[in-house]
Amino acid sequence: MPDVQALVNEFLIKLKKRKIEGSQATARQTAELLRSLISQQRVPYTNQAGALIDAVKAVGEQLIAANPVELAVGNIVRRVLHIIREEDLSLTTAAMAGLNLSAVSDDEDDADHDDHPVLSAAAVAAAARSTLRAPSLQTLLEDVTDAAAVPHPSSSGGDSEGKSKSADKSSRSRKLKHDVIEAVNELIEDICTCHEQIAEQAVEHIHQNEVILTLGSSRTVLEFLCAAKEKKRSFRVFVAEGAPRYQGHLLAKELVARGLQTTLITDSAVFAMISRVNMVIVGAHAVMANGGVVAPVGLNMVALAAQRHAVPFVVLAGSHKLCPLYPHNPEVLLNELRSPSELLDFGEFSDCMDFGNGTGSPLLHVVNPTFDYVPPKLVNLFITDTGGHNPSYMYRLIADYYSADDLVVQRRPATGS
Amino acid sequence: MVAHKKGASRGSEEPEELARVPLQAILLADSFTTKFRPITLERPKVLLPLVNVPMINYTLAWLESAGVEEVFVFCCSHSKQVIDYLENSEWFSQPNFSVTMIESHNSVSAGDALRLIYERNVIHGDFVLISGDTVSNMSLTQALLEHKERRKKDSNAVMTMVIKRSKPSQIALQSRLGTDELFMAIDPNTKQLLYYEDKADHSKGSIYLDKLLLVENTSISLHNDKQDCYIDICCPEVLSLFTDNFDYQHLRRHFVKGLLVDDIMGYKIFTHEIHSSYAARIDNFRSYDTVSKDIIQRWTYPLVPDVKFFGNSSVKLERQGMYRASEIGLSRSAQIGPFTVIGNGTKIGNHTTITNSVIGEGCNIGSNVSIEGSYIWDNVTIGDGCKLRHAIVCAGVIMKSGAVLEPGVILSFKVLVGQQFVVPSYSMVSLLQQPTKQDSDEELEYADNSSGIVEIPSFAGTSDKSNGEMTSEQSESQCWPASQLGSGGAGYIWSICEGAYDEEWRHSVAPIPADKLAEAMDAADDDQELTQDGSILPPSGELKPDSNDSEDDDNEDSRDEMIYFEKEVEATFLRAVHENIKVDHVILEVNSLRLSYNKVAADCAGAIFYAMMKLALETPHTSAGELLQNATNVITKWKKLLKYYLADIDEEMEVILRFEEMCLESAKEFSPLFTKILIQLYDQEVIQEDAILRWDDEKKDADESDKIYVKQAEKFIQWLKEASEEEDEEEEGADS
Repeated sequence: MPDVQALVNEFLIKLKKRKIEGSQATARQTAELLRSLISQQRVPYTNQAGALIDAVKAVGEQLIAANPVELAVGNIVRRVLHIIREEDLSLTTAAMAGLNLSAVSDDEDDADHDDHPVLSAAAVAAAARSTLRAPSLQTLLEDVTDAAAVPHPSSSGGDSEGKSKSADKSSRSRKLKHDVIEAVNELIEDICTCHEQIAEQAVEHIHQNEVILTLGSSRTVLEFLCAAKEKKRSFRVFVAEGAPRYQGHLLAKELVARGLQTTLITDSAVFAMISRVNMVIVGAHAVMANGGVVAPVGLNMVALAAQRHAVPFVVLAGSHKLCPLYPHNPEVLLNELRSPSELLDFGEFSDCMDFGNGTGSPLLHVVNPTFDYVPPKLVNLFITDTGGHNPSYMYRLIADYYSADDLVVQRRPATGS
Repeated sequence: MVAHKKGASRGSEEPEELARVPLQAILLADSFTTKFRPITLERPKVLLPLVNVPMINYTLAWLESAGVEEVFVFCCSHSKQVIDYLENSEWFSQPNFSVTMIESHNSVSAGDALRLIYERNVIHGDFVLISGDTVSNMSLTQALLEHKERRKKDSNAVMTMVIKRSKPSQIALQSRLGTDELFMAIDPNTKQLLYYEDKADHSKGSIYLDKLLLVENTSISLHNDKQDCYIDICCPEVLSLFTDNFDYQHLRRHFVKGLLVDDIMGYKIFTHEIHSSYAARIDNFRSYDTVSKDIIQRWTYPLVPDVKFFGNSSVKLERQGMYRASEIGLSRSAQIGPFTVIGNGTKIGNHTTITNSVIGEGCNIGSNVSIEGSYIWDNVTIGDGCKLRHAIVCAGVIMKSGAVLEPGVILSFKVLVGQQFVVPSYSMVSLLQQPTKQDSDEELEYADNSSGIVEIPSFAGTSDKSNGEMTSEQSESQCWPASQLGSGGAGYIWSICEGAYDEEWRHSVAPIPADKLAEAMDAADDDQELTQDGSILPPSGELKPDSNDSEDDDNEDSRDEMIYFEKEVEATFLRAVHENIKVDHVILEVNSLRLSYNKVAADCAGAIFYAMMKLALETPHTSAGELLQNATNVITKWKKLLKYYLADIDEEMEVILRFEEMCLESAKEFSPLFTKILIQLYDQEVIQEDAILRWDDEKKDADESDKIYVKQAEKFIQWLKEASEEEDEEEEGADS
């Protein structure tokens, strides 16, 4: 336990100091941290899921507060909470030899709409879920009466279970933790392989002799483009440099290294070039529940240009970037202002900031936002590791990954425990 | 950020490299100056809140993020407070980061501190030397790498100094941090520091460089726009150097200058300039103001209020750089302007306006208060209708309604300002009396043993909820001079002209008032004029000597030079005449003279002609005819030499003018012969007719007195004109 606390502290400091770059790394590390937290958490005999949820929530709250801008942390915390709930539910139903009808129908829905041919991850996940529930499915027909009693709150389910069946408690507690850890491992693997999952779909979207425009640098976009290249598609890429951090330069370098015909343009030239572009493909920082995108600064402008010329605007996002919150939620911090030194040279402008002169109030104000918000109506397609989706469908996808109970991670467990 | 990524990726390599010697740092939690008095009488400077976070946290947070693993905090004044604070802070529970305190009670300078640390023998490798009032976000990786590389090549490279570009104010002659303009000479190739002067004498408007610097170095760049960040990467030798030179006290004034001057040991100091990252040291109230504003404007990212880099409560950044804590009581009618930070638990009343200010935690601000550019620390109570402009108000102060703080006021801890009382500008107010003895700049603030001062455990007291009561009790029990801060006020107003504070506006939090700026500007203008007088002389070679007498009066120097030059030329010429030296050789000699005196061909022609005429004059003669004969002989003999310098019509003009001048002044004997010699010169083809005609042209507008010789030569000129016209006609005729 103490060494978990040390791990948590270390990760907290990293988050606070903004030392972890990129949603994927953050998501993976968060998931790994939570996995070790769960594995070391001592579970009481009754209400194991509740204990786990409380523990994860307590840590999750700290993690989210440490860097509120990095939404991936909160996403993963909620995903893990959801996993615990799901596993608990499936175990409970299995043990009770009953099954929540609605849950099953939900699951079937999942399977139905996840009918994309290349959705290996979704397929695997669905398969995993269904195998876990397989025994309960079989017993479903035998005992339907109990189903109504169990469904919603997982903790109460655990309680009732604890009272009714104390005999195989120990084995069950071990099983729950084991299952949860297994599922978290799967989640980690999903996060690690999300680039490949997304890249696999590249050939379907990028056609011969097309011109693709992107802005800034995103590993997902890089892999996506390269995957299409590997499948012998020949196309050209316009890279907007992505001021002020100019990550587009790095992307252009990488693309050229992989043999893609690349054109580097300034951000301000996007509108001029967009008429020659067949498709805009960009990465995202986070995807909100309404289908809006939090993305590197400058993308809203690109999206507007794309809409003006009716160019498809495609956003690539791993499922760890799906955020169950809406942009108008007060706990969502949409932006972070970085140091003005990325924009201008301090030495050159130091005389503009000599507060000894004049009124002493700063006349020069440099704003360097990191992100833009692209409203859902400007996005034509999301490509996640589970396939392509319409912005209006995002809320449904999110419902698959998160429990409604976990949307607010703060306070409740803290005040409760 | 790319830089961050680099830092992170290098950071992973670094531990391997540094596994033998963890990177250490010495943090001086004492500035050994009195610039923050009277506040520092009660609380050490490093614990003063900078945008609501004690300064030392910025330094420690930076050291931690820069990869320093072991920090030795040297505490001197108020050492107990510093130690108490750090022991209760989170810094002790950090992984891979150890903080060790070194306490001393008798160190009076940075030199003493480093000597003490040397005795402790705790530093084993390269270390970072920094004082606890430095804010930075730079990455040390590059600087360390450079330092180590240099060390490998040259064991005398003992220190790397971090500098940053920052333009000084041209009017006030100080940096934006309120420190004096700093001059540095740096070798642009090796980045070696060659000269460091932070106390330049502006009244003279000049600095002095050792000539040897120019001899020993192929190139030097002299900067006045570099800011010393007071972050040094030092070798362990630095500590022993301090021990060897027991008179070294100040890090810059003694140590750096000492090393630069000392060429026996040959120790070298190098500089590392940072561009995109930030570093600054809080040296005085002005830099407190400037650095606070830089933090609010996010130059220090990620050390900004809304990032919880250390122990600060969560603050949200809103539009226009407004930072607000989550739990504040803000009246609807209150106006919070841009670049403002408001701490947790603060209550703000109706119709209060706050701009460009930092408000601490738990403050109580009444209605109709106006606060502009001020720094208000924790638990301050400000009554209705108060006005604050550019002031620092320390924790626990109570301002009764209607009190006014003029720009530059410092209210130390728990001062009580009476109703409607106006505190005059630049006053320093404290509950403690001004120390009677005059402190030198180097004097240690050492409250524990200065007998006249009562130590108040203010640091513990600030968190106390009963602050107000305590103060009021005090004010009851002690009899404050009522006149000083109005009725019910408590505190002493320190007399302003203490020690070095005669120019208090330079270092105050308030912007420099317009009248002071105007004064400084006038002074600067005067300087400018002075220097322009000196520098208005164009390189004297371009001057047409004698062409303008008044100008000659202006520059005696060039006039003198001209005389010397002419004498030299004359001597050369005479020697040539007497020793029969070949014309070519004379030309060579005159050329070398011309170069060494920086003259043009016209000067040479003038000088040679002068010498020739003088020779003719000095050759014995009895009549004007003989003199003419002499002159003709000389001209015939030396016309080749003269013609060498008469490449152009201008030079020929020069000769005519020169001759004219001679006839007027030095050799009046020639005056009747002017035209004849002129004709002689024309005949010998020394002077072209164009030159003569132009000379005539120019003289047309001159005074009558100047026209004597033109008139004398009138006929000749007339003849020349006719001849040329004829020629033209002939030419035209030939053409047609």
